[in-house]
Amino acid sequence: MLLFFLLPIATLAITSLESGDFLSGFNFTWNFGNYSNGFDLYSEQYLHAVEYGGSATIVALLVAYPAAYWIAFHAGPRKSSYLLAVLLPFFVSFVIRTLAWETILSDNGMLFGPLKSINLLPSDFRVLATPVAVTGGLAYTFFPFMLLPVYASLEKIDRGLVEAAEDLYASKFVVLRRVIFPLSVPGVFAGVLLTGIPAVADYVNQDLLGGVGTTMVGRVIETQFEVNINYPLAAALAFVFMLGLLATLIIYQRIFGTEQIMGG
Amino acid sequence: MLPAYAHLVILWLFAPIIVMIVFGFNDTHGRLNIVWSGFTLKWFENPFGVTALTSAVTTSLVTATIGAVISTILGTMIALASHRYNFRGKGLLDAIMVMNIAASEVVMGAALLTLFLAGNVPLGPVTIVLAQVMFSIPFVAITVRSRLVGFENALEESAQDLGASPWTTFTLVTLPIIFPGVLAAALLAFALCLDDYVITSFVAGSTQTFPLWVYGATRLGVPPQVNVIGTFIFMAGVVIAIGFASIQGWRNRRLARESAL
Repeated sequence: MLLFFLLPIATLAITSLESGDFLSGFNFTWNFGNYSNGFDLYSEQYLHAVEYGGSATIVALLVAYPAAYWIAFHAGPRKSSYLLAVLLPFFVSFVIRTLAWETILSDNGMLFGPLKSINLLPSDFRVLATPVAVTGGLAYTFFPFMLLPVYASLEKIDRGLVEAAEDLYASKFVVLRRVIFPLSVPGVFAGVLLTGIPAVADYVNQDLLGGVGTTMVGRVIETQFEVNINYPLAAALAFVFMLGLLATLIIYQRIFGTEQIMGG
Repeated sequence: MLPAYAHLVILWLFAPIIVMIVFGFNDTHGRLNIVWSGFTLKWFENPFGVTALTSAVTTSLVTATIGAVISTILGTMIALASHRYNFRGKGLLDAIMVMNIAASEVVMGAALLTLFLAGNVPLGPVTIVLAQVMFSIPFVAITVRSRLVGFENALEESAQDLGASPWTTFTLVTLPIIFPGVLAAALLAFALCLDDYVITSFVAGSTQTFPLWVYGATRLGVPPQVNVIGTFIFMAGVVIAIGFASIQGWRNRRLARESAL
């Protein structure tokens, strides 16, 4: 594991301090210029990543929580069938699923075409190529990472506690707010972490569903590596991005401990 | 309210799958398969008509199978070791596994690429398998470990007291107990490897896997065969899932019968 994880990270760090170009070769020169350069050029894309990834995480949480709550508390014997139904779509490659969203959301496609033809929507209305599409796509792509931990923590709650609260004349809403929600917080935090991190880094959704102005930092890193062949700059961008994630993770760990994330 | 909502969420989750399946039957003539133009079975009659696509699918199946097997073995070993022993660096190992999941695919892909470049490793199927093993190991280890919670070392110790060799103990005691977890982990690893786009795109060189090919094809128009193969993959997933669920149900019923006796 050490070898598998730390070695690549170390070469990433070294590469990020090199200078030179593809033709004459790269040399290690403690070139911190890559970092300041990266920030100057791409701070907007970092912001986009946090913005879309963050809002997608919130959307996923808001959509997933009631559904997970219903499956855990009210679906009865068909609980596992529902859980299965939630997970089945994710057997299909996410590139294909994102493409299908592109088809659904396209300007005159199956969803908006009919609405526009009966004048319910203005003809220049569009979702594709906007931040809304990117956020929705991200929330969709990483939905199971939110639903599963939330469901797991709701499922574990002792039904006796809920009954006790009801016996003490707590209303349904108070039970939810004072008993169920506090007990499900570990699941919510694990879900936020597991959804947020890939959502912030993703660029496939942005590329297929977003427009020119929505580029996220993941895309920049990929382009610098694959197209511009500027390895040091790309490595610096990736390294900064990783440090940001790690900092978030450490704050998380301070509050909740790794057990919550590792599931025991 | 809530039941209707939950079903709506499930519908939302299935929407792109339905679109994918329906457009596999679309009688499209242009390069773009996004406007419905009549029903046809011709794509289903000839699902492997696009040679480059077929070879990408084959590459995906081969690399994902090898990757899943290796990471299942290594991940299970990690899970067993960290369950059984308290060794120095166990906390570090846990932290690294969390970091591995948390570090995000772009960073992992970029880091692996710099490593392969620094080591002059030629990019291709081998580097794809290495990368896939790397990112799927933690998922395997966590899945297997959750199965190990509550598993008593005493069972293994008593087997050894009765004269079983370590290997016999493993095959007759440990493996049958953890097998459902290992199988689930292997399937998870296979699904992750098969579906991975981001990390694979960094380390693939000129090799094409199924997701890479589809992504590349979006510029030029995706042939309906992609929908057909996607439908096949989805069906395979459904069959596996239902198989799993019925085995589980059968086991539970048997357990209930046995404990009733």
